[in-house]
Amino acid sequence: MAPSLSEYKTDVHNDWCPGCGDFGIVNALQMALAEMGIERDRAAIFSGIGCSGKTSHYINTYGIHTLHGRVLTFAQGAKLASPDLTVVAVGGDGDGLGIGAGHFVAAGRRNVDMTYIIFDNGVYGLTKGQASPTLKLGEKTKSLASPNQNYSVNPIGLAIASGFTFVGRGYSYDVRHLKDLIIRAVKHRGLSFLDVLQPCPTYNDINTRDWYAGVDLADESAQRHSRIYKLEETKYDSKVSYASESVLHEKISQALIKSLEWDTKIPIGIFYQNELISACTVRMADKIPNYLENPPSRQRISDNSSPLTDISKILDSLQI
Amino acid sequence: MMTDFTWLIGGPQGSGVESGANIFSRVCAAAGYNIFGKREFYSNIKGEHSYFTVRVSEKEIHSNVNDVTLMTSFDAETIFRHFDEVSAGGGIIYDSGLEQTETVKVRTLDKPFLDRLHRRLESLDCPFTVTGALNAARNNGVTLYPVSFKSLLEGMAAESGNERLRNMIRMYNVIGVSLSLGLVGMPAHPLYKSIGAIFAKKPQVAQTNEHAARYAYSHARQLGEFAHNLPGIAQRPDTILVQGHYGTSLGKMVAGCRFQSYYPITPASDESTYLESHEILEVRNDRPGSTAVIQTEDEISAIGMMIGAALTGTRSSTSTSGPGFALMTEALGWAGINEVPIVITLYQRSGPSTGLPTRHGQDDLLFAVFAGHGDFAKIVYASGDIEESFYDTGRCFNYADKYQIPVIHMMDKFLSSSVVTCKRFDPSRISIDRGLLLEEIKGEYKRFAATPNGISPRSRLGLAGGIFWNTGDESDEYGHITEDPYMRIQMMDKRMSRLDLVLDEIPESEQAVSFGVSKYTMISWGSAKGPILDAQTMLKENGIDVGFVQVKLLHPFPAELIGRLLAGADTLIDIEANHSGQLGKLLLQNTGRKPDYYILKYTGRAMTCTELYDSVYNIIHGTAKHREVLTRGA
Repeated sequence: MAPSLSEYKTDVHNDWCPGCGDFGIVNALQMALAEMGIERDRAAIFSGIGCSGKTSHYINTYGIHTLHGRVLTFAQGAKLASPDLTVVAVGGDGDGLGIGAGHFVAAGRRNVDMTYIIFDNGVYGLTKGQASPTLKLGEKTKSLASPNQNYSVNPIGLAIASGFTFVGRGYSYDVRHLKDLIIRAVKHRGLSFLDVLQPCPTYNDINTRDWYAGVDLADESAQRHSRIYKLEETKYDSKVSYASESVLHEKISQALIKSLEWDTKIPIGIFYQNELISACTVRMADKIPNYLENPPSRQRISDNSSPLTDISKILDSLQI
Repeated sequence: MMTDFTWLIGGPQGSGVESGANIFSRVCAAAGYNIFGKREFYSNIKGEHSYFTVRVSEKEIHSNVNDVTLMTSFDAETIFRHFDEVSAGGGIIYDSGLEQTETVKVRTLDKPFLDRLHRRLESLDCPFTVTGALNAARNNGVTLYPVSFKSLLEGMAAESGNERLRNMIRMYNVIGVSLSLGLVGMPAHPLYKSIGAIFAKKPQVAQTNEHAARYAYSHARQLGEFAHNLPGIAQRPDTILVQGHYGTSLGKMVAGCRFQSYYPITPASDESTYLESHEILEVRNDRPGSTAVIQTEDEISAIGMMIGAALTGTRSSTSTSGPGFALMTEALGWAGINEVPIVITLYQRSGPSTGLPTRHGQDDLLFAVFAGHGDFAKIVYASGDIEESFYDTGRCFNYADKYQIPVIHMMDKFLSSSVVTCKRFDPSRISIDRGLLLEEIKGEYKRFAATPNGISPRSRLGLAGGIFWNTGDESDEYGHITEDPYMRIQMMDKRMSRLDLVLDEIPESEQAVSFGVSKYTMISWGSAKGPILDAQTMLKENGIDVGFVQVKLLHPFPAELIGRLLAGADTLIDIEANHSGQLGKLLLQNTGRKPDYYILKYTGRAMTCTELYDSVYNIIHGTAKHREVLTRGA
């Protein structure tokens, strides 16, 4: 029987600030795992450094809290050695798009079959609110001495340009939608990326829950004014459904254009998905035929402490 | 007199110096000789000077000597750079078309060298031309063998009716090799056979080269007499000819390393390339196995991926050099605090920074020992030669698994670019000990459970019931973050205590090797072993007994054992390929004893046994400096 939702929770005290957007993400992730019925010991959550890095300790699966910026490297290594594991990597936007940006780009090219979730809040929370890579140019969150001097990176655009084959965005206060998004991302065959907008109630006083809800946009008509809207509720079609260059270009272009929307209209949902590009694990199996059935982690290497690998043919070729 | 012959081939990078040397080495090895070959090259793809020295001997050899017996050169630079190395009674085969070439016309001769060359030629009263340099050699008792390489090609073209041969200057290497082998009276058949073997995948090329070889070999008869010959000796059974990185590569296959992540860097990436080209492995009584070799975006990713793979229970490693290792140190500490068994094969080169990127150095001993911030346990282990490195690789993986600890396996450029004959590797001498790696788990599991010896049974990602957490923060027994002061003491003590365990449990014979201890005793580590053993033999032949202790386990440092081994030594000579005598510093730190003399080399070129012999001899005769600095080698 698949574990219940509560079994995916640890009893580790959660020390995130009250009202933190991270809670919604960890809840959605636990719900997604439960709904998919993934056995706890068949899943591994890898995390980076910062508030979001603690996520792996709150989830009752294998949990690997790694180094700042390096989470994707650890996660990919585990997945490549053990391709039947469900691997989810999580980290902050500073972690993934600042110090870890090189790994982000390289991971896209590699397209290992796993999921990467960025907790995107525009600040470095745990070090007291410095500007992070997604904070807009000229914005001054409350602990900045002066307005942010750098242009913001576009996580969705960067992911698509790097080769991620599933790119989406969620909002941490819409937990059910995020849960569904995570399920889609995990089930995707290839590297999936989710940019999750996650207000930091302590340090980001600009992109707050109220700001996302569009409270400042409210007008007299009192119509719906949330900045967030869902792509699936529009005619947007994110999927590359057949292999043609023109279709690919069209889907990439529309996703890039969509990713530029901000300010008063912020789309969430799936921007781009393409399963026609092979996952790294499949590419491995192309050159090592039994890689998926007999991956590195499963191979027998010794019998009674005697090595089983037979290199005699290689040695014969070196023999004088 | 026993045969001890050194052959040198040089030429611009990309001109086939390496394959020429490969053919020569194979042929001499097939004729029963021991081979010690070494390649020197610039950080350059095409054009700069590279050369190969192949020492051929009836006796066991472990290094190069100063003198060259026969040099073959099809470019002027080789003559300018090496004419002084050819010993009296030796010979130089050269392209007579080069005779008029002036030193200043060779664009790849750098200014500092050109200045030295001019001073040297001036002092010998020789003009600044190839002829000038050759005359200098001849005046020193060297026989010159001018050959018009161009005429040889023309002759070949005429004989075969294949006009294309006329311009095939890329066969100059094979011509040089064949002339050399003909001159020393080596039987021809092994030559043709090894050309066939080397170009096995390109039959057309093999055929053309064999043709060139036959033609040049028979031409050698017209060259005249040469004082040395290599007629061949009795075959030695179970001998293999190996390149430097084969030891660790084949060791990894046998040890069951199934995951290697790496970022390209000289001189380490040859190993990864070799592993990938043999990625599918034969496994006794089972389906084929494989090594997943992953080229990463940088060395940080290489170590991260390796750790991720190791967490699944896979034996995992990376191979790198100093600059790459520098990038790995943060993650090394992560592996330390999380007790992850990983093996880093560190092929050192000359630093700091990019340093001499294609040259030798043992510069990274102290860096490896102290790598990473914070206190954590690791092992630093060094191999002294290629044969050793095969078995040591097996040991390193066992140490990693048994002590759940990162292991840094020290190799270097001298080892990696050597080509040697040695006894066929015996995989049955490698055993596999996975330590407390669990196959199944019953009941509650705590990854970092307190145990009497500090080592906890190890689960792996995906194992039923074995869920654990890791963190770079301090953690409790489950692996969850803690900042509790008492838990901190428990965990620090648990991790650090295994350093004592390592010293207690690893057999002494694996920690250090004594090749005799005398009044004067040499101490060293890593690849300096080869030149030291040969120098030790030379000293003995001259009635001088000098001891030698090779330290293999550098961290934790076996202070008690080394102290005991060195008890009978009055005068300690520290020999290393670095500037500061890094082993000497470790020795002082750990045993309170300081070397009395240092013989150091940091030119980027490996020590020859000859120069080492000279320095030790001078030390014994009281004419040496406290710190001898070796300089031999172009």
